[in-house]
Amino acid sequence: MNIIVCVKQVIDPEAPPSSFKVDEAGKKVVPPAGVPPVISPFDENAVEAALRIKDAQGGKITVLSMGINLLREVVKKPLSMGADELVLLEDEAFTGGDSWSNARALAAAIRRIGEYDLILCGRQAADWDDGQVGSGIAEILGLPGVTLARKIEVSDDRARVERVTADGYEVIEVALPALITVSNELGEARYPTIKGIMAAKKIEPIVWKPADIGLEPAEIGVAGRKISLERLYQPVHEGKCEFVAGESPEEAGANLALKLREQKLL
Amino acid sequence: MAEYRGVMVHAEVAEGKLAAIAAELLGCGRKLADDLGDQLSAVLVGSGVSGLAREAFACGADKVYAVDDASLADYQTDAWVAVMEKAVNQAMPQILLMGQTSIGRDLAPRLAFRLGTAATMDCIDLAIDPDSKRLQRTKPVYGGNALAVFTSELDPQIATVRTKAMTPLEPDTSRNGEVVTMAIDLDLSAVRTRVIEKVKQEVEGISLEAANVVISGGRGIGSAEGFWQLEELADMLKGAVGASRPPCDNGWVPDVVQIGLTGKIVAPDLYLAVALSGSSQHMAGCSGCKNIVAINKDPEANIFRVARFGVVGDWKKVLPAFKEKVRELLAE
Repeated sequence: MNIIVCVKQVIDPEAPPSSFKVDEAGKKVVPPAGVPPVISPFDENAVEAALRIKDAQGGKITVLSMGINLLREVVKKPLSMGADELVLLEDEAFTGGDSWSNARALAAAIRRIGEYDLILCGRQAADWDDGQVGSGIAEILGLPGVTLARKIEVSDDRARVERVTADGYEVIEVALPALITVSNELGEARYPTIKGIMAAKKIEPIVWKPADIGLEPAEIGVAGRKISLERLYQPVHEGKCEFVAGESPEEAGANLALKLREQKLL
Repeated sequence: MAEYRGVMVHAEVAEGKLAAIAAELLGCGRKLADDLGDQLSAVLVGSGVSGLAREAFACGADKVYAVDDASLADYQTDAWVAVMEKAVNQAMPQILLMGQTSIGRDLAPRLAFRLGTAATMDCIDLAIDPDSKRLQRTKPVYGGNALAVFTSELDPQIATVRTKAMTPLEPDTSRNGEVVTMAIDLDLSAVRTRVIEKVKQEVEGISLEAANVVISGGRGIGSAEGFWQLEELADMLKGAVGASRPPCDNGWVPDVVQIGLTGKIVAPDLYLAVALSGSSQHMAGCSGCKNIVAINKDPEANIFRVARFGVVGDWKKVLPAFKEKVRELLAE
């Protein structure tokens, strides 16, 4: 079973909101000082999904990531968790893309990787929260897709996927090869092991430029966008919290109820 | 070459009626169509849905495309993409709206890539640029820490809309319009998935989307048993219990009560956040509420930046006393 998992390096979504700053003129986010980037959380769930399949029936997991300034300790984390290979699309030309530029590039890389039974992606990346690239890759490669997976079971030629719905889940069967996007309901991603970290140190990532995957710069990154970003800004936080106190936490609790009653909220 | 004109809405159906999101999309679509001086159409896709055309007209549509077939009883990507592609080619809408629902999150990107156009997901505002006449799509990004405005030169311009972000029109049952029945025309062998079963994770009581009071717990609740206290309080106040992501990931509460960017969107009159830090991703689910009240032992917790009232303290001590006082006040 050959599995490809796409992962994205992003600004840590758990960094405190107070540290978040936008450069409005540059239409970009200023990375918070001293907060290292991470693998986008749903992508970690996708790696976990791949590892569970590998645990159950063996296979090879190739991790694919794209960008610049990809920190090796970040993009190698899936290897430390148990994935086998790492392919990086690392070039300025790949950056600043939208769902189209990104899906084109990743699909081309997947074509060059060649052999796969299953492609896994996180349901959406924690920076742009867009949730399109997985479906876009599937469409470009002509593959069936299933989104929002909370569980994936694979047999030779098909996958049984539990897909998150508003009131529970639905069970979908899809023939392989297919692309599946993964949600947090799948379960927490495992921690790297010492053994995994040592093994990851020895794995050299394969690095490709646009020409290596048969793409012109005009088709990828900023140049390949179909959507224009007109404006990026931070919403203004108005309002101030009125703190209700008391001699003790219990008294504060009672006072809170009285305050809400006074405000006609209870 | 034929021109793209008008606004089209994919109107989801739930339990034999138009889903709330469909009415919201039609309210939004009506305004966009009026700004452009164009028509608003709705597409009904499913089994036994043609009768809902009247509701769609009442909610603002001028025209309804109905694709009604037993094979469309359950949503499947390949079927809906094929049907919507056909509807778009027939109607040539300049703008196509869908809900940011489990269907829309799947359908919109796949359809956009099929059509060679570009979608913007989870929009909270849509407007026509007065000069360019293009659709300006505003959506939260970076977990809700920032807002982005996008446009595209390509038609149809596709957007999914966050639930409860838009307002439905007052239903006007005197409104009527044209119904176009579209044959399904679908090669079923081209549908590459099969729906085997659907499982509901039942939660008793009032639904989160309908509740006027929501009591939400975060990581600090610490256990499933901790949530029982929130449930008692919710019962008292005829409300519903929600949670941020960590309690769901830890299995203390069912996944279906997760409130946030990838969970439920709620807009109650009162939102009580207990032992919940108030991450942007969570606040995306409840920012519509004007009365957020927080109990948290960390005075620096982000929730206090958005709450109207707050208590800094250990919820295990604050909440029981709060409940007792509420019980007293309700008994008066």
